[in-house]
Formats: sequence, structure tokens, C-alpha cells
Amino acid sequence: MDLTNISVGVSLAYSVLGFAIVFFGLILLMIVIGIMARVMKAGQNKAAAPAPAPAAAPAPAAAPAPKAKAPGTAGEIMLHTVSDRDAAMIMAIVAHKMNRPLNELRFKSIKEVK
Amino acid sequence: MDLLGTLQTLWETSGFYLAASDWRQIVMILVGCLLLYLGIVKKFEPLLLVGIAFGTLLTNLPGGGLYHPELWDGVIAHTKSYNDVLLEGGLLDILYIGVKAGVYPSLIFMGVGAMTDFGPLLANPKSLLLGAAAQLGVYMAFILAVVLGFTGPQAASIGIIGGADGPTAIFLTTKLAPELLGAIAIAAYSYMALIPLIQPPIMRALTTKEEREAKMEQLRTVTKTEKIVFPIVVAVFVILLLPSTAPLIGCLMLGNLMRECGVVDRLSDTVQNALMNIVTIFLSVSVGATTVADRFLTWNTLKIVVLGLLAFCFSTAGGLILGKIMYKVTGGKINPLIGSAGVSAVPMAARVSQVEGQKANPANFLLMHAMGPNVAGVIGSAIAAGFLLAVFGG
Repeated sequence: MDLTNISVGVSLAYSVLGFAIVFFGLILLMIVIGIMARVMKAGQNKAAAPAPAPAAAPAPAAAPAPKAKAPGTAGEIMLHTVSDRDAAMIMAIVAHKMNRPLNELRFKSIKEVK
Repeated sequence: MDLLGTLQTLWETSGFYLAASDWRQIVMILVGCLLLYLGIVKKFEPLLLVGIAFGTLLTNLPGGGLYHPELWDGVIAHTKSYNDVLLEGGLLDILYIGVKAGVYPSLIFMGVGAMTDFGPLLANPKSLLLGAAAQLGVYMAFILAVVLGFTGPQAASIGIIGGADGPTAIFLTTKLAPELLGAIAIAAYSYMALIPLIQPPIMRALTTKEEREAKMEQLRTVTKTEKIVFPIVVAVFVILLLPSTAPLIGCLMLGNLMRECGVVDRLSDTVQNALMNIVTIFLSVSVGATTVADRFLTWNTLKIVVLGLLAFCFSTAGGLILGKIMYKVTGGKINPLIGSAGVSAVPMAARVSQVEGQKANPANFLLMHAMGPNVAGVIGSAIAAGFLLAVFGG
């Protein structure tokens, strides 16, 4: 078939086919990305789930009492003699220096070293 | 000693004398100056347009011998080889080998991949559909070019302007219709720079105020592993689907893998900066060199300029129309304005969606949502180019 001098009808047919192939390729990718996201999510959930306790395990020793929270402590972060404002600044600086978003970092406690 | 004869020979070999014999070269020098003005003063894609404009200037200064189109006619007709180009060609002929062999556009794609965050696309894979719909202009311009009397390969090269992706347009045109390279490259880059002027009227005409006001939910967080696996998966799937996309998609995804894998930061940095800059210089100057007066100043160039504009308009409309459909289907969860970002032109088109969205609703933040279709458009236009190359590349 001579593809140099094509008629309008042939160009229309190629256009429909080409447009369909673009859609097909990108829909295929969409499905693959969807599957990939589900696999990742399932993997994350599995990792986050607590490991089952062994059936015949001896009774554990008494768990240590939870550490008393310092004044000013919020959520998971234990603040020791540090104001909320200073803690917020420290976390922002650490995130900036590490070049990581703040929501990807986990702070356990902040304590002023004197 | 014949002093007068020597002076006469000097005069007859000077560019001033040679320029007087062909007015078209003077016109092209003025065109080169106009493009320089647009690039430097108006900031139209200056990184590329300044190089293209200077290439136009150099190639049309008579007597310089930097670029020889007849040599490339021989290469296309297989009567000359790259070896002949190296032996007989000028500086710009030698640089042009990288364009002709498809090296520069592919390397630019590697840089684009290294600079692109596919996170928004991974967070909302539906944006791939918008990237596909925004290729409408490619095929509409292709049909219109055939109607206007262009050959199949030429029409395919003109159509790809609608993909709004410079390297893809250059890659395909070099393979299918190298005689149109200068006009197509200039049209593609000029219209990409004009996206903030071309798209908004179409966006406002095709959407209602209520649609433009629609707020979108925050995107989910994408894991590092997903970002690393993505370029590998895309390369495998797309190249298996259309092997002719291998140079573009392969390089795009290699660049992205370098960015995301986190173990080759030095290479990623080089690809994003040093390599990208060097290749941009070579690509732009050698593409500009193809705008030789007797081949550029034709009616075909004017037709390409008009068809290129129509291609951009149709692509914008295609993305918006599918955006409207998705708005209806999802009950208003997708703002149709992000559809127009599917025309590639990263990140300009996404910025236009953001600006128009905020005009309708100041609390609207569409930029990250629009980046999804925007980067999907890059993959979509590469697939469209791969299809046209597979059909017309013989």
C-alpha cells in the first residue's frame, strides 16, 4: 500500500486506529499501576499487622509501666523542657536538612541538653 | 600585483555580495532576528528558541558553509553516508548528525525523565486517560494536513505538533519528513510557549463555572518503591506494545529511574543539568540550521504554522471533553480543567490549569492534580509518535 499519497478516508482510519492505540496503551498502564498500588498497600498492611503470639509461650514477665509523659508532650512526641514552638522549629529544621517531608519523619522525644 | 583584481575577488566571495543574489536569505536573517527577539525579550521557550534562532541566522549567512542541505538530501537518498558528512560537511552538518540519528531528542527525554516526578500520576492513575484524550490534536492535524495536500509521512510529522512535546516532534520529523524539520520545530516550541494564551479561552468556552469551581481531594502518598518500579514497568509494557517507542520511552524511563532509585544521584544530577544543557545547545542550533531560505520560505511553512495551532487547540479540547465526562461520571470529584494539562508541555499546561482553577475558586489547588495528566501526556505523545513511525517509517 502506498503510504506517501494517502486519501482523507485512509488518514481518518489511521487516526481512529492511532487514537485507539494511545488509549489502549495508557489504559493498560492504568491497570498495571492500579495492581501495583494494591500490591504495595497489601505489603504495607502485612508489615504493619502485629505478629501472632506463639501458642504455648510462657506467660511474659510483667510489662514495664509506661513512662510518664513530660509536661507539654503532644501525641507521640515526648517533649522534655522544650516549648511547643521550639519543638516545631526543630522538627522543621531536621526535615529541611534531611530533605524529607515532615510527614515521613517520626519524632519520639525532644529534650534540651544542658 | 593585481590589487584591484584581489579586491574584486574578495568582494565577490563576501557574504554581502552573495546575499544580494538571493533576497530570501535576507528575509531569513530577519526571521532569525525576530525569533531571537521572541526568545530573549518575550521569553518564548528561550532555552531552545535562542539556539534555534541563532542556527537560522548562521545557516542563512551566505558563504559560511556551516550547513549543506544537499549533503543531507544525499544521505536520505542513500547516495551519501555520515562519513561523507564528516568529510565534506560544515560544523552544523556534523552537529546535525545527532538530530538525524535521533540521539539528541532521546537524550533530552532522558533529562526530562530525570526531572519529572511521576508521583501525581501514580497517586491518580485515571489521569492517564486525560493524557490519552489530549492526543486528539495529533490525529486531527494529521487528517487536516492530508486534506491540505501533504504526503502521509509529512502529515504525520505535522500532526505530532499536537503532542506539544518538542523532542518527540523533532524525533518523528527527522525520521519521516526531515525537509519540514525547521518549520515543525519552530511551530512546536513557539506554541508551547504560547500555551498560557492559547488554552484559557478554550478552557472557559468548554467548561461551566460550576465545573471549574470543583475541588479535588488530596492525592494519596506514593511510596518510594512504587516510584522505583514505575519506570521499569512503563518501559517494559510500552516498548512491548510499540517497539518503535523504544528510544524515547526507554530514555525517559531510564532518566526517571536514575532520579527515583536513589543510588545514582551523581548520574541523575548530570542528566538533569550538564547533559541536558549540552544536548539542548547542539539540538537547538542544528535544528535552526535546517531553516535554509529556499526550503523554509514556502507555502508549506505557513500551512504548518496554522495546522500546529489547530493541533494545540484540538488537543486542549480533547483533554477538556474527557475531563467533563469524568466530572459527570465521578459526581464532580474531578475538575475538568486538569484535562487540558494532558497536552504535555510540562509543567506549563499544568500551571495554566492551576491558574484557571484558582480564578474560578480561590480555594482550588489543581497544580498537583494537573501534573498527573501532564506527565501522562508525555507518555501519550511518545506512543502516538511510535504509532505514526511504525505506520509511515517503513
